[in-house]
Amino acid sequence: MIDLPATQLLQLLREGQTTSVAVTRAFLARIDQLDGTIGAFLRVDPEAALARAAQIDRRREAGEPLGALAGLPVALKDVLCTRGEVTSCASRMLRDFRPPYDATVVSRLRAADAVLIGKTNLDEFAMGSSTENSAVRPTCNPWDVRRVPGGSSGGAAACVAAGMAPLSIGTDTGGSIRQPAAFCGVVGLKPSYGRVSRYGLVAFASSLDQVGPLARSVEDAALLLEVIAGHDPCDSTSAAVPVPDYAAALRERPGRLTLGVVKEHFGAGLDAEVGDAIEAALDVFRRLGAEIREVSLPHSRYGIATYYIIAPCEASSNLARYDGVHYGYRADETALRAAPPVPRAGGLPAADALDSPLVRLYRRTRAEGFGPEVKRRIMLGTYALSAGYYDAYYLKALQVRRLIRQDYDLAFRDVDLLVGPVTPTVAYLRGEKVDDPLAMYLGDLYTVTANLAGVPGISLPCGQTRDGLPVGLQLQAPPFEEARLLQAAARFQQATDWHTRRPALA
Amino acid sequence: MNGAPYETVIGLEVHVQLATRSKLFCRCRTTFGAPPNTQTCPVCIGLPGSLPVMNRAAFRLALRTAVALNCRIPRFTKWDRKNYYYPDLPKGYQISQYDLPMSADGWLEISDPQDRFPPRQVGIIRAHLEEDAGKSMHDEAAGAADSRIDLNRAGTPLLEIVTRPDLRSPLEARVFLTELKLLLTYLNVSDCNMQEGSLRVDANVNLHLAAPGGTRATPIIEIKNMNSFRAVQRALEFEAQRQYEVWRETGQTRGDVPKQTRGWDDQAEVTRPQRHKEESSDYRYFPDPDLVPVTVTPEEVEQVRGELGELPAALRGRLEQAHGLPAYDADVLVNQGRALVDYYLQLAAACGDGKLASNWMQQDVLRTLKELGLEINQFPVPAASLAELLRAVRAGDLDTARARKVLQEMVASGGSVADTLRALGIAKVDQAAIVELCRELLQANPQIVADVRAGKSKATGALVGQARKRNPQVNPAQIQQVCLDLIAEMNE
Repeated sequence: MIDLPATQLLQLLREGQTTSVAVTRAFLARIDQLDGTIGAFLRVDPEAALARAAQIDRRREAGEPLGALAGLPVALKDVLCTRGEVTSCASRMLRDFRPPYDATVVSRLRAADAVLIGKTNLDEFAMGSSTENSAVRPTCNPWDVRRVPGGSSGGAAACVAAGMAPLSIGTDTGGSIRQPAAFCGVVGLKPSYGRVSRYGLVAFASSLDQVGPLARSVEDAALLLEVIAGHDPCDSTSAAVPVPDYAAALRERPGRLTLGVVKEHFGAGLDAEVGDAIEAALDVFRRLGAEIREVSLPHSRYGIATYYIIAPCEASSNLARYDGVHYGYRADETALRAAPPVPRAGGLPAADALDSPLVRLYRRTRAEGFGPEVKRRIMLGTYALSAGYYDAYYLKALQVRRLIRQDYDLAFRDVDLLVGPVTPTVAYLRGEKVDDPLAMYLGDLYTVTANLAGVPGISLPCGQTRDGLPVGLQLQAPPFEEARLLQAAARFQQATDWHTRRPALA
Repeated sequence: MNGAPYETVIGLEVHVQLATRSKLFCRCRTTFGAPPNTQTCPVCIGLPGSLPVMNRAAFRLALRTAVALNCRIPRFTKWDRKNYYYPDLPKGYQISQYDLPMSADGWLEISDPQDRFPPRQVGIIRAHLEEDAGKSMHDEAAGAADSRIDLNRAGTPLLEIVTRPDLRSPLEARVFLTELKLLLTYLNVSDCNMQEGSLRVDANVNLHLAAPGGTRATPIIEIKNMNSFRAVQRALEFEAQRQYEVWRETGQTRGDVPKQTRGWDDQAEVTRPQRHKEESSDYRYFPDPDLVPVTVTPEEVEQVRGELGELPAALRGRLEQAHGLPAYDADVLVNQGRALVDYYLQLAAACGDGKLASNWMQQDVLRTLKELGLEINQFPVPAASLAELLRAVRAGDLDTARARKVLQEMVASGGSVADTLRALGIAKVDQAAIVELCRELLQANPQIVADVRAGKSKATGALVGQARKRNPQVNPAQIQQVCLDLIAEMNE
């Protein structure tokens, strides 16, 4: 049962061939069996999930109308608020934080009668590309547990890859859905900016964050996207653009596609095996009748630099609220009230001794509550927004961002979609890059531009290395053309079987 | 400059709480005085994941005010984050407007009916919208030095109005604030209650001194913590004197020392240096990515302009021109607010004498309101009734002293003019009866007739007492007039 696509499970549920309780139990058993090793989930509440499943089964028996995901387990990245349940962002800062409200995406999933099966691991506050920045534990790649699952939606990708959930929700600020999807051999879609509400998504970088689906097939991703997409009056940046019937769009046969290969995506740094897999994928599209054309995104070479200014700037402000005053982690108060220590470093009084008790509360709370990568980005952003640096960094980054958007606009005049790699390499070993943040940042080379431009992108399995590690193919479309993206991805899937490969797990 | 050896240069920063039902970026109520932290939601307490959504009504009120202040309204405005840490600022930033405010370059004219300063157009640099912070309450009495935070106010819409340094005396500053408050009241955009914090004023002040080689300017001081317009005036007066003394001692001019903030101590009537919240104020402003820019079309601005209604300056002009009032009268009436002016306008129209109506408004109605602590809409005598009374005065049926008595009785009883006259035993005396009475009096007093004929027309005054003895209802002026008329008839 755990190997069946979500669409098929729904079919079985509708036909009464199985029950939500049985389905939920199967996935819970799988979690029980594997997650000690994989570490995809931060929290699973089997009783609540089964109670919800039973309730949906009863309603189905009573002939009540049910939602589009009725009875199907869905995992949530632990950066989406769930009412009354811990929403930790894999941070010490929020380890006990229970929001009093549901994110809009969560409300929509509940309204669609999904069974929320658990909250998945991530890099703290979604900052990272390997899930090693989780304050709780790292997540392992189901294809090779020594390797990272990617990130920041590492738990979301790993749980789908390992068959612990048929569907999961991730978030993508610079590649955080697409890159782990590629590393774990699943389908991951980052929608257009504004397609899915951000209300209740704990913000990392507000102008870049998007919520999106991870699944084992394009059809499953389309199913989940349709449930979560749409305008939300609680999010001023969500777009009032109608949501098409994606399932229907997938049944249509697309016309002849023109695909653009971004020449900048094939430069230095691209792993040869990944390059080969992409070339092979292009051949598949050629055989399907697509025209492949080379295009240029000339400013994409500034993508990483631009992204790593804008995202930290926004993050430095978004994360200012975690100050120990109103909620979340607070440094030990008795220690704070005690007379400050008077150690002197190099003859100068330690900062702590000079601070007022209030500043001491801030300093210690944030020093103890945040992990190193979060601190790094807060510092980067604070610096870049400071008087005297703003114009050179933030303002310049905004200008380049506009040019990157313009590159996309120009490219999409000539082609329907862009096609290329998701990542320069396949999943690397845990610990391989933790001490080299810049190398880690460069892994986002092909993904960040979609966030900067606000365009949708999808990652789908398109090959494997000799070591048996999955390679992801990225397709990108003009804003709000997710249907086109899904159609092309589905065509590729019909012609290949990469998406059906499963990691060999005990 | 009242003989002072310097010119005082003042600019004001006014924060006005807009009278919306809900906050600027969420739907929480803005009612003053609710129990702490009961008017809050995930958005205004800055919970993770929450997002702001602009309150259109608040923007509309801000637009209304900006247009009334003669500001330029750009087509495009946006929201910025002002980043700083403070316990009553739950997000760690305030949503405000930085480089593209919703309005700029306006003015408000002030003048003084007592001519203590020449009329002046005070420039408005900008007026922008922002959200208020919460309130910190420091409970030091408890011994534990506890601080508590009430976030009911967090997210309330504030309009920040910044003037040019165009004011030249503490009195002008006070008059400006009074005029601004009046304007805001006429616009119905704020209740302007300083005690409840819905109007807050900070002032920037320095002195320009004549010195050899040109004018010198003292360092600019920002004064905070002024809780009334009177306090603003007093604080500025104190500060001007203080700066002059410091200048004489140190000779420090602008640029010699960093800008300083001082707080007004209302009890001690002095300003004192305030400690700084942060050593440097680098607020790291940047555009708020959670909000979309706001566009305002010229049509929208025109619509707002069309809906402003008659504002105080225009209304004063109308009272002067159409009702023949002196500037002083117009000022007094208009400063009492639109409702009182409306009462006056009804009264003037119905009694047919604008000046008479104005006198009664100022001497009788305002005094009564003040004595009874009432607003004009609670005044028990409708304008139509008072007009009836004033018509009787104009017709000579009642003298002013008796009319006052009647009005007082009407205020007390709420009765009509006729009922009150009856209750007080005042009857209108028939014209024929008055003529008959006067004829009898003249016959009985030939000496007075002779005196009048000799040119002493005031001699009829002696008849008034006799007339009132015979009929207490008669109007003295009328008696005298009728007597004079009869003597003139006898001459023919």
